[in-house]
Amino acid sequence: MNILQYLINGISIGSVYAIIALGYTMVYGIAKMLNFAHGDVIMVGAYICYCVTVYLGLPVLAGVLLSMVVCTVLGITIEGLAYKPLRGTPSLAVLITAIGVSYFLQNAAQLIWSSNPKSFTSIVSNMKPLHLFGSLTITGEVIVTVAVSVVIMIGLTWFTSSTRIGKSMRAVSEDRDAAQLMGINVNRTISITFAIGSALAAVAGVLMCSSIPVLMPTTGSMPGIRAFTAAVFGGIGSIPGAMLGGILLGIIETFAKAYLSTQFSDAIVFGVLIIILLVKPAGLLGKQVQEKV
Amino acid sequence: MSMLKIEDIHVYYGAIHAIKGVSFEVNEGEIVALIGANGAGKSTILKTISGLMHPRQGTINFCGENITHTEACKLLPKGLAQVPEGRRIFLQMTVQENLEMGAFIKKTVNPDDLDMVFQYFPRLQERRKQVAGTLSGGEQQMLAMSRALMSHPKLMMLDEPSMGLAPILVDQIFDIIKELHKAGTTILLVEQNARKALQIADRAYVLETGKITLSGTGAELAKSDEVRKAYLGG
Repeated sequence: MNILQYLINGISIGSVYAIIALGYTMVYGIAKMLNFAHGDVIMVGAYICYCVTVYLGLPVLAGVLLSMVVCTVLGITIEGLAYKPLRGTPSLAVLITAIGVSYFLQNAAQLIWSSNPKSFTSIVSNMKPLHLFGSLTITGEVIVTVAVSVVIMIGLTWFTSSTRIGKSMRAVSEDRDAAQLMGINVNRTISITFAIGSALAAVAGVLMCSSIPVLMPTTGSMPGIRAFTAAVFGGIGSIPGAMLGGILLGIIETFAKAYLSTQFSDAIVFGVLIIILLVKPAGLLGKQVQEKV
Repeated sequence: MSMLKIEDIHVYYGAIHAIKGVSFEVNEGEIVALIGANGAGKSTILKTISGLMHPRQGTINFCGENITHTEACKLLPKGLAQVPEGRRIFLQMTVQENLEMGAFIKKTVNPDDLDMVFQYFPRLQERRKQVAGTLSGGEQQMLAMSRALMSHPKLMMLDEPSMGLAPILVDQIFDIIKELHKAGTTILLVEQNARKALQIADRAYVLETGKITLSGTGAELAKSDEVRKAYLGG
């Protein structure tokens, strides 16, 4: 029965990684950049939700919605101020800028909220855990996390495959110049991508801090790196790949912690990543399209 | 009346002076060909007209409007479409989705427009749901042209439509260019296949290393000794 319990916990934390990984993968696919500040947007989202519910005493739903709004604006602002001026410059310049933005957000959070950890109240604190077969416990957090991530995945898949804007995002991701010749405004498409990715980061932040209730300015950095790994694992640029990669990473991490070593769990996760990439360099669902001449 | 007027443009790739003062025009209802060897700058000129690159000097006017520094994505709504070199269709999207992207500026896809392109290219109708990357080279060229047609452009610029195609397909593509022209589309054609291009062009310009060296009607150029030696194999 233990195995099943670990599997459930792994899927739960993996769902959070998957939501974060979606932000990495969409931005990479469309803007062709690694937004290393993405993890810190998660942290900002969690702090906003914390402030709204604790300081303003508003209901949880208001906290989640407001943190999504703030993160969306933050994402668009970061893109417009830090990344857009660098469009067309070598990708290394953008990468370093992203790392700079990451530190900027962490330090700003430290100034505003201090570096003392805050104890985050779970958004589903009043939900009773389910007990199945005696020993199996499914907490409210697990149920909500998995349900929300399933809804997000279905929603995003529908959006990119069936809507005009979603399809134009796929077009930009495949060939930016050709998309412009279709009259698609690439700058606006990139802004929309950042907006969606950052709103998802806010959701991920709230879900993650509901399961692991310690909130600090550095809260987002390690999950951010793990989710980035998940995106590469699944095939960066691929939306289903990010979902699969996130969930697999969560499961591997949980099993590694349970059966092998808590301290070495990250090393094991990255070890598995290296092996997968040796076998499939483009990731599990990475695009390997052959061009016909 | 001149629909597209290019005056003394200079285009650079970094420090490389690729286009050195080119001027030409395309009148409404014409087929104009731009011929020249590899590296002469033909594609660069098209990219500059369609806003993917910008000239350092000179002006580009389209339908009386100065578009020298207009962003690429704003030109299709004005009626200027480009079928780029190497087709550049969206390989991971279906044929239908590619056509929808061609009609992106129209918000909704008009079924009549789909019928129109399927009339020109019945093969595409059969392959509507197929992913574009699985099409043959000729079909991909057809899709690239159809995609550009979806917005009903006034001027269609075609960059090397015959590249990499079997002679029979080249004939088909050129027949369709003639049909499009008859239906009222003005055409600017960039080609390495000078013989084919001069056959259908009303007027043509010869480009050599960033400069226009000759111009005239298609028939005149096809007879000229210089063109015959350099581009038509004697």
